[in-house]
Parts: sequence; structure tokens; C-alpha cells
Amino acid sequence: MTKAKKGASYLYLGLVFLFLYAPILVLIFLSFNNSMSRTVWGGFTLKWYLSLTSNDNIMSALGTTIRITLASSILATILGTSAAIGIHYMKKRHAALMLGATNIPLLNADIVTGISLMLLFTRFTPLGEFSVVLAHIAFSVPYVIFNVLPRLQSLSEACIEAALDLGATPTYAFCKVVWPELFPGVLSGFLMALTMSLDDFTITYFTKGAGVNTLSTMLYTQLRKGIQPELYALSTILFLLAFVLLLLMNFKRDIKKEAK
Amino acid sequence: MFNKFRTSFLAAPYAVWVLICTILPLLYILGYAITNDAGTLTFANLLAITDPVHLKSLWLSVEIALSTTVICLIIAYPVALILHNLKISNKGFVVFLFILPMWMNFMLRILAWQIILSNNGILNNMLSAIGLPTIHILYTKAAVTLGMIYDFLPYMILPIYNALSKINDQVIEAAADLGANWWTTFIKITVPLSKDGIISGIIMVFVPALSSFVVSNLLGGGKVLLIGNVIEQEFTLARNWNLGSGLSIILMIFVLLSMSIMNRIDDSENGGMLV
Repeated sequence: MTKAKKGASYLYLGLVFLFLYAPILVLIFLSFNNSMSRTVWGGFTLKWYLSLTSNDNIMSALGTTIRITLASSILATILGTSAAIGIHYMKKRHAALMLGATNIPLLNADIVTGISLMLLFTRFTPLGEFSVVLAHIAFSVPYVIFNVLPRLQSLSEACIEAALDLGATPTYAFCKVVWPELFPGVLSGFLMALTMSLDDFTITYFTKGAGVNTLSTMLYTQLRKGIQPELYALSTILFLLAFVLLLLMNFKRDIKKEAK
Repeated sequence: MFNKFRTSFLAAPYAVWVLICTILPLLYILGYAITNDAGTLTFANLLAITDPVHLKSLWLSVEIALSTTVICLIIAYPVALILHNLKISNKGFVVFLFILPMWMNFMLRILAWQIILSNNGILNNMLSAIGLPTIHILYTKAAVTLGMIYDFLPYMILPIYNALSKINDQVIEAAADLGANWWTTFIKITVPLSKDGIISGIIMVFVPALSSFVVSNLLGGGKVLLIGNVIEQEFTLARNWNLGSGLSIILMIFVLLSMSIMNRIDDSENGGMLV
């Protein structure tokens, strides 16, 4: 690559990053803004961070969000992983049918998924945290399945047979041969389910019922009356947490590489 | 190997799950769509789409979704290509930087755009500081499109990047050895080989863009009424679930139609040249 071309591509990447991160920078700035106004800079302050924990509304929404996200992504990972293993060993025809059905929540518009689940839930259970967890599992299971299946397909049958021939019980062979191969897929499926659940608004909005609020749905109702500035502080903390985690993961990988 | 028949039963809980939480809800929405309040069969809810108001918002949705998809593709392809050609050790880290914004709440990110684009907002302050005329795009179609491009861009970049990573570099080298210049290689080799990524990117952007109602609410300020907004209002304000379900079914048909068009493009060009 010529130098000019290299410079141009870095410039282009930089511009796209600027586009993606500009709103985030604005929100971080607002979290330090000593003014209720969104457009006026009233000086630097940490008061929104300090008053964050005493804001019951936000704390309860945060708690609900964490409970729903963890419950739904863990359950979706268990359900999805066992489903993927089952589907892998099914007859082709049955597997195709299952995969077709698995594609439905992925291809359907969020609003349609949300409404159709709401119509079902209102018949059988009061809307609340429980129905939101069910709804979140419904839209995140496909991500788990489609992350685990490719791992199963690239698994060498000969390896498993060798383990069994050498006297391993099926359970032992699963733990020692199959699971280590499967694990990266399970993990990325889980992380995708987690991210999708955390970022979801539409499906939660339709299936939550009155009284239950996640951070997203609380923000939506606050948009008209004005956002509580503590929310900027909370989002900044969550974002930085994710960023630090990413850096740590990256750092660890580097150390591993060097050790090799 | 393990008993295949017995192992396949691991999917049994999921099969039950699919029936209850995937198939049954769709039957419910269909049931609501083809009945009225009193429970009698009617097609009025489906035909309601021909109402000029609904028709107008459907076309507006299609228009915005199409321009969002095209612009996302134009921005994302070079990004994926540059990322792919980047000669650094931890590319995974750079790729992850594109997913990271999703960890800042989506509603807040769109709200931040409201602040950037508003009449005395950051963008206009910057424009007037360097002596350029200010622009007033908040609460217009342009602002809604921008918000959607912002929101869905990562969904276009990642599948294309993945598809590019699967291309065997030797094929590209072979093309160069046989005398193809950069542009010919790009059009005849790179683009056709990354077609799968392009198509899944298009689907992952077009479908949510077609049905979104939050972005248009926030950046359109109630002036940009998309089909998603109409459906949402039927469920929350008007409380006409039957009409809302009818319009949802129409939206689903639209999504399926666009998907089958994309699949046809995929099939007809399989192994062939890209136009």
C-alpha cells in the first residue's frame, strides 16, 4: 500500500469512528455538566455520580435490567446449547424444520415479535418481569444456537470415537472432547444474548406491563419530561466498564501470545 | 458416537419452546388481524393498509429504510475492506470497537443526536464558528435517516468483514498475477466473494429500519410517521389491537417479500459474475 493510500484509509476509519462515538462523547460530557440544561455547559461537577445511588427510580430500573438480562441470557444459553446439540444429531429433515423456526425471531421485525408475544402473554400470565424474561429468551435463543452449531459441525467425529474406543464413558468424552470445542461458541452466544437483552427496547416495551421498568423503557417515558442527569452518569459508568473489560481481555490475549 | 436418536432429544425442550413462544404468538397475531372486536371474521384490518394515511407511512418507511440500507452499505464496505487489509496484530480489538457503542444505551445515543442536531446544538455551533450557514434538519426525514444509519451501521460492517476474512488471499494474488488491476480484482473477485456478507448486512439493516418506531419518534418529533409508529399507536393510544395486528401482518409480508427478493438475487448469481 502506498503511503497516501494508507493515510486516506486511516482518515476514513477515523471519520467513521468519530461518527460512531460522537454521541457517546456528548453523553459523557453531559454526565459532568453542572446544569440541568442539555445544551448549556454549566461547569464541571461530579454531583450526578454522587447522587446516583440515592435515586431510587434509577436504582430499581438498573436492578430490573440486570435481573432480566442475566436470567434471560443464562437460560437462553442453556436452552440454546442443548437445542444445538440435539439439532446436530437430528435427521436432516427435522433439523431443517427446527432451523427454519429458529430463524423466525431473527428475521421478524422487533415490533411484530413484541406484539405477538404480548398477545400470547396477556392470555396466560400477568405482564411483568417474568413475561419480559420469557420474551428476551425468545429473541436471544437463536443467537446461541447459531453460535454453537458451527462448532458442532466442525467437531471431528473421529476424535470422539477414539475417546470412546479408549474406554471413556460418553459423559467423560463429552466433558473432555466435545465441551472444550463447543465452549467458545457457547461463550460468544451468551455474550450476544447478553448484549441483545441489555440493548433491547421494543420487545421489553410491549411485554413489560405497568410498573416494571428497565433502563431503556424508563428513559423512553422520561424523554418528554426531561432526562434525570444521573442517567448520563450511570450510562457513562456502564460504558467505561465495558471498555475496561475489553482492554483487559485484549491485554490478557497479548500476554498469552508473548508467553507462547 | 453417542446414540444419535437419543441425543437428538436434547432439543425436545427447545421444540416445545418454539411451539409456544414462536409459532403460537404468530397464530395469535394472525387471529387478531382477521377478526374484529366482536370476534367475527373480517379482512378490514388487513385492507386498512389502503387507507391513504397508512399507505403514506408505509411508503415513507420503505423510502427511509432503502436509503438507510444503501448509505450504510456505501459507508460500511470500505470500512470492512480497510479493516481486513489492516496489518496489525490485534484486529479483533479494532473490530470490537465497532460493537462497543452498543453498550451505551441505545435510547441515550439517539437522544445525543437530538442534542447534536438541534437548532442551537453542537453541530450548528460548530458550523457558525467556521462561518458556514447553519442547517435545520432535526425533526425531518433526513434526521431520522441519519439516526437509523448511526444505529444500524455496525450490523452492515460486521457481516461484510466476516465474509472478507473468509476469502482466500491467494485468489486475489492470482488475479493480480494474471494482470488484473486493483479495480478489476475488486469488482470481479472481492465483491462477488463477499456477497453473502453483503446480503446478510442488507437484511440486518433493512428489516429493523423498515419497522423502527423509536428513532422516528425521537428524531422525527412526531412529524415523521412511519408504519412502526402507526402500529405502536394502535396498541398504546388507540387501543385497537385488531387493527394494529392487521398492519403488523402487512409489515411481516413486506419483510418476507424483500427477503425473498434478496434470496433470489443470491441464487441467480451463485457462482456467476456480479453485474
